[in-house]
Amino acid sequence: MLDLAFQNLLSPMVLFFVLGLLAAFGRSDLSIPEAIAKLLILYLLLSIGFRGGAEVAHHGLTGQLVTTIAAGILLSFAIPFIAYALLRATTGLNATDAASVAGHYGSISAVTFVAVTGVLAHLSIPYDGYLVAVAAAMETPAILAALLIARRMTASGDRIANGDFLREVAFNGSIVLLIGAFAIGAITGERGMAMLKPFIVDAFPGFLCLFLLDMGLVAGRGLKQGWRYLSIAVAGFAVVMPLIAAASAAATATLIGLSVGSTAVLMTLAASASYIVVPAAMRLALPAANPAIALTLSLGITFPFNLLVGIPLYIALATRIAQ
Amino acid sequence: MQTHPKKRIDVIVEAPLMRRIIDRLDQADVSGYSVMPIVAGRGHDGLWTADGQISNATQMVAVVCITDASRVDDILNSIFGVISNQIGFVTISDVAVVRPERF
Repeated sequence: MLDLAFQNLLSPMVLFFVLGLLAAFGRSDLSIPEAIAKLLILYLLLSIGFRGGAEVAHHGLTGQLVTTIAAGILLSFAIPFIAYALLRATTGLNATDAASVAGHYGSISAVTFVAVTGVLAHLSIPYDGYLVAVAAAMETPAILAALLIARRMTASGDRIANGDFLREVAFNGSIVLLIGAFAIGAITGERGMAMLKPFIVDAFPGFLCLFLLDMGLVAGRGLKQGWRYLSIAVAGFAVVMPLIAAASAAATATLIGLSVGSTAVLMTLAASASYIVVPAAMRLALPAANPAIALTLSLGITFPFNLLVGIPLYIALATRIAQ
Repeated sequence: MQTHPKKRIDVIVEAPLMRRIIDRLDQADVSGYSVMPIVAGRGHDGLWTADGQISNATQMVAVVCITDASRVDDILNSIFGVISNQIGFVTISDVAVVRPERF
């Protein structure tokens, strides 16, 4: 366990993330141009999507895929209710802010997904390629759960939650690229993988380092700007909630019989919080919620926590409990 | 040069709302509009900057259109449903244009 944590902390990816954090805290002018940061995330989504699809083409579709997607959807829908109850019981957040934060924690962070797959690859622990589809399926149910909570608790949350809103959420760019690349990987299989391997496999760790450097800068600056909105109890939620969500995912993974690598990925997905898709959706659906609270929690605390502590912890636990 | 009085509507709004504002302007049949990113600002919650924001949830945009005074109320009624609870503001100002047939 300690060895795993040590390996993770001394990996180039994590060290570049820490470099970004330190640069942000030290008010360095280091920055990655916005267009390049967007290109990097497109590259990472394309890469993991394609690799997942190619692996499914190699091993074939199994019933486990449907079961795991259903489990992912269930987790994404259920976690906001747990998060909301925890926030209301332990923090002073009002119902609208709590519903918004809960929605962020039910959804997933694609970058955390990329990070856990990178660590698993580094440790030579295999995971099922179809988890890319599970990640995509877990993006949106949490938003619906947050709206249900808000509608019930604050008599709001349904103002813009119409068909147009749901279409925007379901077809946001990251989901389209992730699923699209997955489909292309599944269609082209080993032939496609042979063509793209230098681009999407060999170059992947270097691009991930560059992206995590940027994420360190963004997380550090976000934490500096948003810290004033957080009490100790609210900040503590951002560390406790991932552990509760990961434990729920571990129980689910055991129930459906996932492998060690896949259990670690499902735990990480459940433990991660959205900071791209859900914040935009919440601005449309719950405009009274303060966006700085949820973003500071998910990006400034939970993302670094998962990257530095959570991922090695989830892998270690998965190694003990999974088949 | 002869100029003609018109009204300019400035809508400073959260980026996720942009498409909805534009849809309402299209429905109101305005002759044109411009959208500009906001780089930084200061509001109720203090200093804010777009630099380093990973999500467009915390970005702001300015939607600007110029129209005839007789149409201002219709346009405001159309967009008010979208922006009434959001972060941002709307201003109406007097401007002069040289080609009135375009607005």
